[in-house]
Amino acid sequence: MNGYGIKAIYLFELARTWRTLMQSIASPVLSTSLYFIVFGSAIGSRIVEIDGIHYGAFIIPGLIMLTILTESTSNASFGIYMPKFTGTIYEILSAPVSALEIVIGYVGAAATKSVILGLIILVTARCFVDYSIAHPLWMLAFLMLTCLTFSLLGFLIGLWAKSFEQLQIIPMMVITPLTFLGGSFYSISMLPEFWQKVTLFNPVVYLVSGFRWSFYGAADVHIGISLAMIAIFIAIFSALIAWIFHTGYKLRP
Amino acid sequence: MQPIIDITGIRKTYASGLEALQPIDLSIQRGEIFALLGPNGAGKTTLISIICGIANPSAGRISIDGLDIVRDYRQVRQRIGLVPQELAVSMFESVWDTVRFSRSLFGCKPNDDYLSNLLKDLSLWDKKDSHIMALSGGMKRRVLIAKALAHEPSVLFLDEPTAGVDVELRRDMWSMIRKLRHNGVTVILTTHYIEEAEDMADRIGVINKGKIVLVEEKHALMQKLGQKTMTLHLNAPLPEIPAALQEYNLQLSEQGRALIYQYNSADRKEGVAPLLAKVGELNIDYHDLSTKQSSLEEIFVSLVHQPDTHNAEATP
Ligand SMILES: Nc1ncnc2c1ncn2[C@@H]1O[C@H](COP(=O)(O)OP(=O)(O)OP(=O)(O)O)[C@@H](O)[C@H]1O
Ligand SMILES: [Mg+2]
Repeated sequence: MNGYGIKAIYLFELARTWRTLMQSIASPVLSTSLYFIVFGSAIGSRIVEIDGIHYGAFIIPGLIMLTILTESTSNASFGIYMPKFTGTIYEILSAPVSALEIVIGYVGAAATKSVILGLIILVTARCFVDYSIAHPLWMLAFLMLTCLTFSLLGFLIGLWAKSFEQLQIIPMMVITPLTFLGGSFYSISMLPEFWQKVTLFNPVVYLVSGFRWSFYGAADVHIGISLAMIAIFIAIFSALIAWIFHTGYKLRP
Repeated sequence: MQPIIDITGIRKTYASGLEALQPIDLSIQRGEIFALLGPNGAGKTTLISIICGIANPSAGRISIDGLDIVRDYRQVRQRIGLVPQELAVSMFESVWDTVRFSRSLFGCKPNDDYLSNLLKDLSLWDKKDSHIMALSGGMKRRVLIAKALAHEPSVLFLDEPTAGVDVELRRDMWSMIRKLRHNGVTVILTTHYIEEAEDMADRIGVINKGKIVLVEEKHALMQKLGQKTMTLHLNAPLPEIPAALQEYNLQLSEQGRALIYQYNSADRKEGVAPLLAKVGELNIDYHDLSTKQSSLEEIFVSLVHQPDTHNAEATP
């Protein structure tokens, strides 16, 4: 195990965040605040409560999810795409680090950043609404697992992408819509029955639902299913990454 | 002595179908400076990339210090430093951060004393807190060298280290490479510049169209392949070349005061002795004799441009 190597990659990636502090932290905080103002105030004045939870508080888990899903994905994909783009990847490829160690370094850093971001949003939300967290440890576990899952996905996209367009297309065309439709701002039980069924094909539903359960003890789907879903994603993404490293596909000519 | 790098049957066909390396067999001796010489697209970078783990070979095996580069990649890569051909450095980092990063990445305990000395040796010390972005091209190349040496490798690859580098830096670089060799580091460099290979290398390999055309100890190479020119400075001008010397294809110059003979020093039959004996028999007096050996450049050009019968172009 090359501990120094993992640490070097991890710290390098976090330093990159630090250099772009405004962009990495300030902009998600700003957009979250806007969501609170728009959704919390505008819609919240119409919908007072969902499942007995004040609407402003109800959307917190969904808002955090919205941010960390997109941030994890784009941050992790950027982290590995840039060295490919600038050519500095040569050093990583020629270093005595295993694929696993490279993934731990890059994905670990992206996930760390997202967890911090999630917590910052949680604190920001306090300025707008009052909320309580029923299962704080589960909340942290869900937060970390989700960040990990989507950082893995981002890493995968960064490995695969050949251009900046490809880099952005999945976060923009897939993740953001799925998150909006995944019950971030509403309970899926509010939908007509047919759409409830369709929604169950959206994986983000399970993440948001599980996360919301850790806050308020109420969920659209069973918490066990949410956890199983996360496990399946981690397994799929990890397997794909392992395969890319194994074959050298798009990484080693 | 066991070679430090042993390359057997390495082939590389890129996904595009381009055959960049035909089966290559090559051994690099411990502690030598080896120059890989070849025109653009010959496959120099491809070969180095495969040894360093940046590209996968299509076939063949490579061992370093007796360790397989795939199976024992950790130990192998710890021994190798690479200065790539392209200037690829992360622009937003400082020089100091980037060399520290390289050292850790290669699994070495931090050693700031070593890194400070390294930067001083490369005249980078006063730039250590500069962002790499703000450095000139030559300085960036020094940074790449510092990164490659940050983990104290025993084999150093320099892929065209002097491309876009001024005379002074080139001189610095050569003295650094000599110092490295003195400390037992094996150096493999690629270059287009023949003088560089001529100045620096202990051995020279010529690669062309993915094939190693020749590997030779430098002096032996220059002797073996050297086209030589002998000039006899005559005491009295000759009106024409005597018939008895016709077979030597001589030339007269300086109004018949110099007799010029071109021969290959490797060819025993051709040598100068029989000619000189004949000249003696003919009572041609000369007061001086000079020989000139062709430079490596001329040797190289003749190798690379000779008709290549193995080339795919020959097949319809
Ligand atoms: N990633 C790649 N995909 C496809 N072909 C490639 C790739 N890299 C190199 N080649 C081709 O392989 C051949 C050898 O290239 P290589 O870079 O090894 O040459 P070189 O000897 O280093 O040349 P130069 O002196 O210009 O640096 C060239 O024809 C090149 O176009
Ligand atoms: Mg090259």
